[in-house]
Amino acid sequence: MGRATYHKPRPIHPWPLRLMHWVNAFAIVMLIGSGWQIYNASPLFNFTFPETITIGAWLGAGIAWHLAFIWLLMLNGLSYLLWGFLSGHFKQKLWPITPRAVLHDIGAALRFKLPHQSGVYNAVQRVLYLGVIFAGITIVISGLSIWKPVQLWFLTDLCGGFYIARYVHFTAMACIVAFLFIHVVLVLMVPRVLPPMITGGKLPEVQS
Amino acid sequence: MNKLDLGRRKLLSRALALGAITTLPGCDFEDLAHPDLVDRFLRTMLAFNDEMQALLFNPHTLAPTFPASMVTNPPRFNAYYDISMAPMVDPATYQLELGGQIQDKQPWTLAALRGLPQEGQITRFICVEGWRVIGQWSGVPLAYFLHRIGADTTCKYVSFKCADGYYSSIDMASALHPQTILALDFLNVPLTAPFGAPVRLRIPVKLGFKNPKSIMQLAVTNTYPGGYWEDQGYDWFSGS
Ligand code: HEM
Repeated sequence: MGRATYHKPRPIHPWPLRLMHWVNAFAIVMLIGSGWQIYNASPLFNFTFPETITIGAWLGAGIAWHLAFIWLLMLNGLSYLLWGFLSGHFKQKLWPITPRAVLHDIGAALRFKLPHQSGVYNAVQRVLYLGVIFAGITIVISGLSIWKPVQLWFLTDLCGGFYIARYVHFTAMACIVAFLFIHVVLVLMVPRVLPPMITGGKLPEVQS
Repeated sequence: MNKLDLGRRKLLSRALALGAITTLPGCDFEDLAHPDLVDRFLRTMLAFNDEMQALLFNPHTLAPTFPASMVTNPPRFNAYYDISMAPMVDPATYQLELGGQIQDKQPWTLAALRGLPQEGQITRFICVEGWRVIGQWSGVPLAYFLHRIGADTTCKYVSFKCADGYYSSIDMASALHPQTILALDFLNVPLTAPFGAPVRLRIPVKLGFKNPKSIMQLAVTNTYPGGYWEDQGYDWFSGS
């Protein structure tokens, strides 16, 4: 009893976060690929997505894939938000962000001088993560409003009507794709952050 | 150094896995007679989604209505064939046949249908492809018609067979929705052949392909009737 109690080293990323992160990544990829197939049936802009990168061989299959993954995305996203607030994760890891810190860290990142400290997100990461959480909420709300413009009319109204909701949904998708690109580039720049996102990793011992 | 390599290898295999996923779904719903594992997964999820949509369906929620100035005219034609191939049905000899769990299966002529109370609506028609048009349809409310012919409204499905071979079916709750009508007119004149003459279903709580045109037979049943697109993989409920 008198001896110092043994502490299991704390992981850099707790398991619920890792699980939800990879479930989300999988669901997002499936939804984006099938969403592009659905988009192609009635394009909003002057282009369509090449068939080789869409999921589902035709519109019906694209819709089937899309509907198959919306629940996974919504349940997973909801769990992440609840867990993030209740466990204090958001407050500890994503907050605060100040415009100054963001500008400073963007500058440092462009000069490849952004230090990465295990278990601490720099300001660029914080902005990106909060941004993609917002894009995620937007894509779910706008998605529900184009899927159920009658039953969930209040969501459709919130998005500015059925017609505009399609553009909102598309824009949120574009933001997530842009995020994903930057996110993966950042991981490739500092590849040692990847294993802990899979296995959990160990936080360096802290003196308290 | 080892750690770094591990990271790279994992990244690479992850990228490969993602690549595999995008090529794998190429096979979905391509051979309806021989569903593979992917097809079965998609079907299961579609069935689950149909149940969720039935739960979400509120019989009292009305589809939004619009001013006459917003009607899309001429309307937009859509079918699995060209507009010139639209079936011609002779309105003089037309008879709507009834089947299934219905007490009075007397066929209905157009004149008899026009003798029933008529209701109009200006609603939005949303296609599964993502476009939408606004139209003004009028005709016999389906709920009124079903009661009038003594249909068993505890049955699950109302099914439709069309002059062009198209067929579809809807759930009873949606069939009884106040805005679901057997439409006879568009902009107060009889429907034209490409747009469903002489009788079409107009159901604003569902997507466009659930609005069958040129209906020749209506039946009430508990056996799942499917549909032309639904059997190929479109989501059956397809509610709005
Ligand atoms: C598929 C490739 C992906 C890879 C390789 C990847 C990798 C990672 C890694 C290594 C981290 C931890 C960063 C650190 O510790 O500094 C992380 C965090 C995060 N990623 Fe990803 N990710 C991917 C996809 C996605 C997608 C598709 C999204 C969302 C649309 C996403 C959203 C996030 C978020 C929000 C965090 C912060 C989580 C938190 O702490 O709350 N990631 N990712």
